[in-house]
Amino acid sequence: MTAFPTEPWTATHEEVAEGPRREIRTVALIGPPNSGKSTLFNRLTRLRQKVGNYPGVTVEQRIGLLASTGQEIRLVDLPGVYSLTPYSEDERVAVDVLTGQMDGLPRPDAVLLILDVTHLSRQLVLAAPVVALGLPTLVLLNMADAFAKGGGSLDVLKLAAELGTPVAMVSATQGTGLDAVERFLRQDQYQRPGALLPILQDLPQCRKWANQLGRRVDYQRPLPRAWTHRLDDIFLHKLWGPLIFVVVVAAVFQTVFGLGQPLSTAFQDLLTHLGEHAAPFVPPGLIRSMLMDGLWKGVSSVLVFLPQILMLFFFIGLLEDSGYLARAALIADRTMRSVGLNGKAFIPLLSAYACAVPAIMATRTIENKRDRIATVLIAPFMTCSARLPIYTLLIAAFIPDRPVIGVLLGARACAMLSLYLLGFLAAIATAKVLKSSILKSAAVPFVLELPEYRCPTWQSIGLRLVDRSRVFLRQAGTVILIVSLLVWVLTHLPLHNGRAPELEQSAIAYLGHGIEPLIQPLGLNWKIGVGLLTSVIAREVIVGTLGTIYGVAPATQSMTLQNALRRDLNPAGAMALLVFFAFAMQCTSTLAVVRRETNSWKWPIVQFVYMTGIAYSAALLVNHVLSRFLR
Amino acid sequence: MELEVPEPRVALIDLELGEAGTIDQISLPPADQQFLMRIGFVPGAEIRFSRRAPLGDPGVYSVDGTEIALRAETASYIFVQRGYRSGLGDLP
Repeated sequence: MTAFPTEPWTATHEEVAEGPRREIRTVALIGPPNSGKSTLFNRLTRLRQKVGNYPGVTVEQRIGLLASTGQEIRLVDLPGVYSLTPYSEDERVAVDVLTGQMDGLPRPDAVLLILDVTHLSRQLVLAAPVVALGLPTLVLLNMADAFAKGGGSLDVLKLAAELGTPVAMVSATQGTGLDAVERFLRQDQYQRPGALLPILQDLPQCRKWANQLGRRVDYQRPLPRAWTHRLDDIFLHKLWGPLIFVVVVAAVFQTVFGLGQPLSTAFQDLLTHLGEHAAPFVPPGLIRSMLMDGLWKGVSSVLVFLPQILMLFFFIGLLEDSGYLARAALIADRTMRSVGLNGKAFIPLLSAYACAVPAIMATRTIENKRDRIATVLIAPFMTCSARLPIYTLLIAAFIPDRPVIGVLLGARACAMLSLYLLGFLAAIATAKVLKSSILKSAAVPFVLELPEYRCPTWQSIGLRLVDRSRVFLRQAGTVILIVSLLVWVLTHLPLHNGRAPELEQSAIAYLGHGIEPLIQPLGLNWKIGVGLLTSVIAREVIVGTLGTIYGVAPATQSMTLQNALRRDLNPAGAMALLVFFAFAMQCTSTLAVVRRETNSWKWPIVQFVYMTGIAYSAALLVNHVLSRFLR
Repeated sequence: MELEVPEPRVALIDLELGEAGTIDQISLPPADQQFLMRIGFVPGAEIRFSRRAPLGDPGVYSVDGTEIALRAETASYIFVQRGYRSGLGDLP
């Protein structure tokens, strides 16, 4: 259903087919948080989107293309804002884009304003400043389905007349009413708003205007859904609430870990097979080695995390779309607050057990910038799955398989658990330090909206998965690709008569010997040193590197990697290496994502120096103390 | 005849569970005030203390048809008049 102001603008839309326009039109999509803006954006652009950051700020920029007959329309998704007074970073960006002051973006030709019609009186506050900009505007009243179901009603024609803009009822999740959007966008000439709205100075005035407007258009708020209340009686119950919370967290963790790990392994096998099958098609020699050992191994080592990442985002999507995530954040808030973080930090931290990259992307839900950065900084301390290969390898090589608590807990499991705990404690301690020093904040009070429970749709979750995996692959892929190539080149330099040198004579051995003085105090040798260097790419890379080095070295050639390590490394050094891995920041994908999310090199550099510093000191201490007892 | 007896003014946090009131004043720094106002905590709006988080805090308040959780540290600086009163917050 669409209503028009005094002049029916549709009269002009038949003329669209007259001829293609020369320039691409820019249309901005704006709406308050939780108005369904992103869902609509995904619907309209069908994932033909570009994701990036606005220049100079951390606010995410999403631009999508809308193919219409004869003309392309660029749809700019603005951050969710409550008003246009430039109060937060998001609002500044929105104002800059709408007024044409944003670098690289022309002033929009039209605006789509999306409002949640089930909370219209609150959401209309945004309508006044947006319509007052004078840009051609289409007001979309979203969640029309829930509104009608809950018995809500309003006079859309009256609202259109009051605002001086066309108004359409839509449901972004169901996809209804979107033809009105298409028709609006394809008009030959956009119409400017016909009514003059009062310019309102402060929010109470805006609210008053919105409430009066609501009354004039006979707005009837829908009844709250009874079952949201009933579900909250269970999920926020004094006893059941926390219990269900723990079960949900454990189930997500267990599934991502327990089911995701074998999936990742299977995926890795598949990729290895693919590589082996592709190899004969490449001419043997340097080119094949570069493509297969260098690029393919490097890139596939990142690809293997995709199943786990998708699983994680599937669960996050499920929990978020259903409305449970907000309840979980409410329950976790008390605990998170004791370390100075807010409840919304718990989801990213939980997901960091699988991988810090999606975890850091998930911090977007935290509005407070300082809290968000603190969470970004501590997330890589959580024991991610990339640490498991080296943990497993060293524990199996150096920790005897002895029972600690009968059959319940063995020494090896105990060691593994201690490493998880170590990472968690480092994260908590770092959060405390950050929050009481450089990231002291809470300028913004903790506010959490508890949305109504909804049934998640496959489409919305599917879009999320595609969107996220694309961002992940692109970001991590480019960096990994370049670094892998670099490492491969170093193992093949300097060339002797066009042939690669022996490993001991290669540039990488030269590098290993170069950093040996630095790692000798940790009880480590140059081969581990090379592993540490390559593990800066990604933690699990060290296992592959050590495999190659010990495999090439004549003395250890016939041994398993475990035995080779046991022979070449003393126990104190091995423990020091484990502790080093618990703390160190060895992951270029994480650094790249931190850079992207904070939009500066400052934080990834701080994070790298801080974590590596702690790792080095702790490893030094462990080696120093243990070498007196073990040998 | 109108009742002129003023309702006792209390902090949001002092409302009984399930009790409603009208927002009177937000005694927080201007930036926080602005932030709270834009999500519906406007003087004159109706508010109801609808639920407590399982661990006691934050509290969940129903304002403007939306459930919003606030920590005690914030809710103790929002003052309300006990009971409903028609005014700005009397929603259509």
